[in-house]
Amino acid sequence: MSELNKLSKSLKEIENQLTDCMKCGMCQAVCPVFKQTGNEGDVARGKIFLLERLAEEMLTDAKGAKTRIEKCLMCGTCAANCPSGVKILEIFLKARAALTEYIGLSPVKRLIFRGMLKHPERMDALVDTAARFQNLGTSKADPNQGTRCSKLLSGVIGNRHFLPLAKTPFHKTYPSLNIPAGHSGLKVAFFPGCVTDKMNPEIGKAVLKVFKHHGVGVFMPKGQACCGIPALASGERNTFDTLLAHNAALFAEESFDYLITPCATCTATIKEIWPMMSEKDSIEKFRAGQWAPKTMDISQFLVDVLQVAPAQKSYAGSHSIEFAGDTVTYHDPCHLAKSLKIKSQPRDLIRANAACTFVEMAEADTCCGNGGSFNLQNYDLSKQIGMEKRQNILASGAGTVATACPACMMQIRDVLSQNHDGVKVKHVIEIYADTIKD
Amino acid sequence: MSLSSSLISELQQICGENGVMTSEVDRQNYSYDAAVLEPTIPAAVVRPNSKESIGKVISLCNDSGTPVTVRGAGTNLSGGTIPNKNGIVLLTNRMNRIIELNETDMYVRVEPGVVTADLAAQVAAKGLFYPPDPGSQAVSTIGGNVAENAGGLRGFKYGVTKDYVMAVEFFDALGRKVTSGSKTVKCVTGYNLAGLMTASEGTLGVFSEITLKLIPPPAASKAMMAVYDSVETATQTVAAIIADRIVPCTLEFMDNFTINAVEDFANVGLPRDAKALLLIEVDGHPAQVAEDGERIEQICKKLGARAIQVARNDAEKDKVWEARRAALSALARLKPTLVLEDATVPRSQIPAMVSAIEKLALKYDIPIGTFGHAGDGNLHPTLLTDRRDVAHWERVENCVADLFDAALSLGGTLSGEHGIGIAKAGFMKNEVGQSSIDFCRTMKAAIDPNNILNPGKIIGQ
Repeated sequence: MSELNKLSKSLKEIENQLTDCMKCGMCQAVCPVFKQTGNEGDVARGKIFLLERLAEEMLTDAKGAKTRIEKCLMCGTCAANCPSGVKILEIFLKARAALTEYIGLSPVKRLIFRGMLKHPERMDALVDTAARFQNLGTSKADPNQGTRCSKLLSGVIGNRHFLPLAKTPFHKTYPSLNIPAGHSGLKVAFFPGCVTDKMNPEIGKAVLKVFKHHGVGVFMPKGQACCGIPALASGERNTFDTLLAHNAALFAEESFDYLITPCATCTATIKEIWPMMSEKDSIEKFRAGQWAPKTMDISQFLVDVLQVAPAQKSYAGSHSIEFAGDTVTYHDPCHLAKSLKIKSQPRDLIRANAACTFVEMAEADTCCGNGGSFNLQNYDLSKQIGMEKRQNILASGAGTVATACPACMMQIRDVLSQNHDGVKVKHVIEIYADTIKD
Repeated sequence: MSLSSSLISELQQICGENGVMTSEVDRQNYSYDAAVLEPTIPAAVVRPNSKESIGKVISLCNDSGTPVTVRGAGTNLSGGTIPNKNGIVLLTNRMNRIIELNETDMYVRVEPGVVTADLAAQVAAKGLFYPPDPGSQAVSTIGGNVAENAGGLRGFKYGVTKDYVMAVEFFDALGRKVTSGSKTVKCVTGYNLAGLMTASEGTLGVFSEITLKLIPPPAASKAMMAVYDSVETATQTVAAIIADRIVPCTLEFMDNFTINAVEDFANVGLPRDAKALLLIEVDGHPAQVAEDGERIEQICKKLGARAIQVARNDAEKDKVWEARRAALSALARLKPTLVLEDATVPRSQIPAMVSAIEKLALKYDIPIGTFGHAGDGNLHPTLLTDRRDVAHWERVENCVADLFDAALSLGGTLSGEHGIGIAKAGFMKNEVGQSSIDFCRTMKAAIDPNNILNPGKIIGQ
């Protein structure tokens, strides 16, 4: 019990926040995981109750509680709909850190977070090697999506259909940039994020093309590390702290008007989690606090700051070739729609391409089921949630599904590929960039 | 945990291995509901997937003397789904099918675990209307609604859940299937067990199927907001509307405390200095709606409303209701613990009840926001507190007891829609008298001889 007492003490930090939950149970209406399982422990109210019981030392099975608390997409839908305004995501992040500190990290996670993610240069080298050998043991899954699958690795990755790692990651083509402001008079710091860098460099290239077109200066420091959310979501606070310190030092080298990412998760992490979770009174806390108001998703920046508006001109006069005559629908990434309330801007960006027609899908803002490491730990559940998204995508009749988060793109590509659906998966910036002549 | 391993394995045989949860974490997760009460950890949680398995589970529990607490979504505010120690929780959320939606005869047959809002939406898609709309309808289940006789914002005109229950099928304490009622509008075949089961809070049987009445939806509606400089004139308006024989579908009241909480939270442009607001909606035939709307406006003016804002379109109507929808959230953010009461009085006594609540807030020095269904006498005085503050919590308990006394002295009732559960079981005698409780206990003992069905709820032990 004395050990449990330690855990109880470390949970005291969030005790006041836990008390805000009045157990009304309204989170059951919106939770994608609860919708599938119907289990009280899979919804915010149940998880918060378990944390209360741990803090009161009324629950002995801390490991069992940890499993429940980790079974969450961190999509923030419950928080967005909570009548009491309980800070659910902050509670879960802090609780995961406390539980991980108490119980320890699994050997696999220790290897991934402390051995790889924590060291960006080691991570890049490893991914380079993997990219060279990845065709061994994998085979083509769906030509429409360009996905592959692997029988050899099915014990580790299941029957996932995944996009192969990019032959040349974004940082190899553009190790660093420091371009002065052009006719916009603005200079931005650019944080491409891991998935853009290693799997979808075309997203990064589309962003740079758009910046150039609008005369936006770009500062992109060399050797960027992961934003840290995968580590933090697994309770690995130490790795998160290291990554934040690393990135904070890089971006402090130059001044900029905005910090832009093409990834909903990175944006929400930099804007909200960095200031929330950095050490009190640290230089990182100060910098994160300074940057938070300047941090924006690429579509918010283009629409709100650069005033990009839906196209007035007819499709006939459009330059866009890839999307000529295409119907495009949009999936709201949770971190953009729920955490940052950005919903209209990505849609405006799609509408800015006169060559395509925008159609709304049903339940556009429900989670795709990826949830980062949730997908790794609960693949079957993740896929069930993803399949509902697939139904809505297909029902919209769109030829292309666009979104604003490379992680959502991975998930959507997997569920579409599993069924060989011919729907293209794109980032909204690719659709907008296609209107601009090279 | 004290269930024998043979009982557990028998339960597993009935409900499947995934249908029985016995880990500490899972059992803790079903030890509470939305009421502010101490949790009780059950011995196991069972999720039957068919009618037959409900019967078998109950029969096993009866033979072994194991208490059974049925749970839908666990949203009730009276502790009705807090289980008994060494008992099981019987979850209904795998039984969530709509068995038949009959448009010709206007009824729907459902399993108990169907979520109320899902049912209402499916019914609406067929051009019909299921009016009961409890505040928790987005998650609450039909089984729970019937077991608690849940109400909602439309109670004034459309009544509550009991007014829509046509037939029930349930398993009694011995695990035998019992049916009562019919798909017909009229039915007098035997005891009205559907009536008995409604509001029985899981103490008399476990639902396996419920038949609900549907009605045509109203063709038109009109909403308005009336602003008052005194609580008295606002509440008198409620009485005057009823006296004029007008039946709005919704007639909601909001006091100054709640108005300001809503403004702080949602900033919807409510007059902060108003002492009270009435939010009124009439529906029905367009001509009737127009006439009722005008008459209500006149009554409001005559009784001293400072301003009346009539919604001209759906967007404005939505704005009228946004304030009411935000009330609970707004109050919930002020203090960690919310005690949402529902003592109810005859409608003519609303002015007296509101004034009694104001006096109690001063007497006990407890912030109370009052809003709720003035049209049916069902107010929600909401006490703001922190249950960790022992002294304050004690004052809250005393204040609530006085609130009940006030309602009863005005000819009212302990609960308009939240139920008795364990929260109000101790106060039952004050309303119905000891002989009524004895009658209920005798009846319960006869049909549940081993006292396994949600023991301790409503009538105590």
